[in-house]
Amino acid sequence: MSVIVTEAGFAADSWTHEFLPFDVFWSGQDLPEEGLAVEFPNDREPADLLPWLDRVELIRVAFPAYTDGRGFSIGRRLRELGYTGRLRAVGPLIADQFRMARRVGFDELEIPDTMAARQPEAQWKLREQGSYLRRLTA
Amino acid sequence: MYQYNDFDQAFVRERVAEFRDQVERRIAGSLTEAEFLPLRLRNGLYLQLHAYMFRIAIPYGTLNSRKMRQLAMIADRWDKGYGHFTTRQNIQFNWPKLRDVPDILDALADVEMHANQTSGNCIRNVTADHFAGAAADEIEDPRATAELLRQWSTDHPEFLYLPRKFKIGITGAPNDRAATKTHDIGLRMVRSSDGLPGYEVSVGGGLGRTPIIGKVVREYLPKADLIPYLEAILQVYNLAGRRDNKFKARLKILVNETGLDEIRQQIEARFAEKRAEWPPINPGLLAEIEAAFTPPVFEPAAPVAPVLSAGLRSFIDTNVAEHKQPHYAIVTVSLKPIGGTPGDATSHQMRVLADIAEELGHDDLRISHEQNVVFPHVPRRHLPEIYDRLKAAGLATANIGLVSDIIACPGMDYCSLATARSIPVAQEIAETFADIDRQRDIGPLKIKISGCINACGHHHVGHIGILGLDRAGVENYQITLGGDATETAVVGDKTGPGFAYDEVVPAVERLIGAYLDMRTEPGETFLETFRRVGMGPFKAALYEEVRSDAA
Repeated sequence: MSVIVTEAGFAADSWTHEFLPFDVFWSGQDLPEEGLAVEFPNDREPADLLPWLDRVELIRVAFPAYTDGRGFSIGRRLRELGYTGRLRAVGPLIADQFRMARRVGFDELEIPDTMAARQPEAQWKLREQGSYLRRLTA
Repeated sequence: MYQYNDFDQAFVRERVAEFRDQVERRIAGSLTEAEFLPLRLRNGLYLQLHAYMFRIAIPYGTLNSRKMRQLAMIADRWDKGYGHFTTRQNIQFNWPKLRDVPDILDALADVEMHANQTSGNCIRNVTADHFAGAAADEIEDPRATAELLRQWSTDHPEFLYLPRKFKIGITGAPNDRAATKTHDIGLRMVRSSDGLPGYEVSVGGGLGRTPIIGKVVREYLPKADLIPYLEAILQVYNLAGRRDNKFKARLKILVNETGLDEIRQQIEARFAEKRAEWPPINPGLLAEIEAAFTPPVFEPAAPVAPVLSAGLRSFIDTNVAEHKQPHYAIVTVSLKPIGGTPGDATSHQMRVLADIAEELGHDDLRISHEQNVVFPHVPRRHLPEIYDRLKAAGLATANIGLVSDIIACPGMDYCSLATARSIPVAQEIAETFADIDRQRDIGPLKIKISGCINACGHHHVGHIGILGLDRAGVENYQITLGGDATETAVVGDKTGPGFAYDEVVPAVERLIGAYLDMRTEPGETFLETFRRVGMGPFKAALYEEVRSDAA
């Protein structure tokens, strides 16, 4: 099981629809009209989702390890490509990475229960920390 | 000198508070050792052979007296009274305790310093020409760009978990004193055909176990495009760089495996998108940075007394370089005393350097990647006094650029990765050539020594490079010749079989003897002779003798 982390704290997963594998999108299969959600591996090209970006409601980007930062680029790139739906990072991320995830455009994290037990909710509260990147273009 | 504004001040304090909290969460068990690792590395903290090693950033190598005195205070209060200046313009302390590190970070924040991103798989401290703002050959002071890059790369949310460490070096002059081609990204300021300053961009340089000279990916990049272009390079690297093998994870491997043309296309494609969406950098912020690097108010030209002392004359010949103002000089202070540890300075020496800079050198100090200290703006009339004060502190060694001005990594005496000693080899070479007249006769010669394949001593780009390895439990030293870290950068060639510890210094002596025999005139440097005659005669000199010894 897993826990959803947002700026509001811990919650159970409220998403009730299916996550479709990324490859289904290019397979010619019919896609659901509502609740379209995709499982996004971190070795794929975000632009390959362009034809569906305005229909997708949730993209779940894989972080196979907390040291594997590809998902941060994928999240940022999806936002740069104009995606405005829910963006979720899933994997054994640590509390210190929540800030990075938020700043590249993720709305929420999905972490294993074991991580949530070891790093309880209070540790995920975002600390005050200025953003040089934001300031550069402010 | 760039002065912290309210934002910078708040940032470093928040950062210290965050690290305190991370240390506490590590101790409480919320963070595992593996999870804590990248967090502590990003705050400069390594676990070394004897203790933690703490690496503090000296952005683009620039200090003033206040900062230097604070480093002296840290050395006295939390370490053993000395510090080690590194080849990436940082300073390292070898004996701090984990529980003291947040306090040290606070002491650094007091003087607008930090240890951010001095380690870990992120964009490291940006290095620049140590003569920046003073050199006569400069197009622009590169430190304004370096400071912009410091701000851009600090806590950049996308690029803190890269496949591997990422180094950027920048020079504002055609003569590359910042070894930019040995960096993941090397920036060299150039002018466009209509005279506008911009950058030549190289990618994929690096030393380590696969030494590669950076390749030019963009011949001219307008200044305004720098950040989106670097964002493009970093994003391509973060997504495509190898993560399956630590030793193949640097940008240089991606560039080599992908091919320069293909990687250029990928970068340019991403750059075109980035440039379209990136708002211009805040002009007020740019102006604030530019203003921080305006030259000091130089004093008017004054008559200078003739130099009578032979010691001072020798010091001026080797350690003093031309300044863009003819009545000024750039003074390099050698941290390579004969028999000393290259790059080490005691707290007393740091204070002497701080005092000289404040009283006689427009309060400006630089750390060079060659592990020396520079006073970039010195009126020539002060040279005798500076020499006397340096001499009293054991800092007047007149060997800059000569055989005993050796770059050496800490080696097996300090480092947990090292496979051989490097500092004692440097010390013995320096002692062998202790006679300064002999050194000056030999002329410019860069010897660089690494105690393992990771090449922190930059041996690949030494005119004579020495690499210490472990061969079945015995130290063995490989020699390379002809390396060069400047604008004509090249990786040195291996001579052949390595040498035992006690054979290295005699081997270096034979090489230098061969050079002295072969040079056409005293003005032909070691590197020039090597380039003219090639490896053959040097190899003969290096190994003939070994064979005749054995016979």
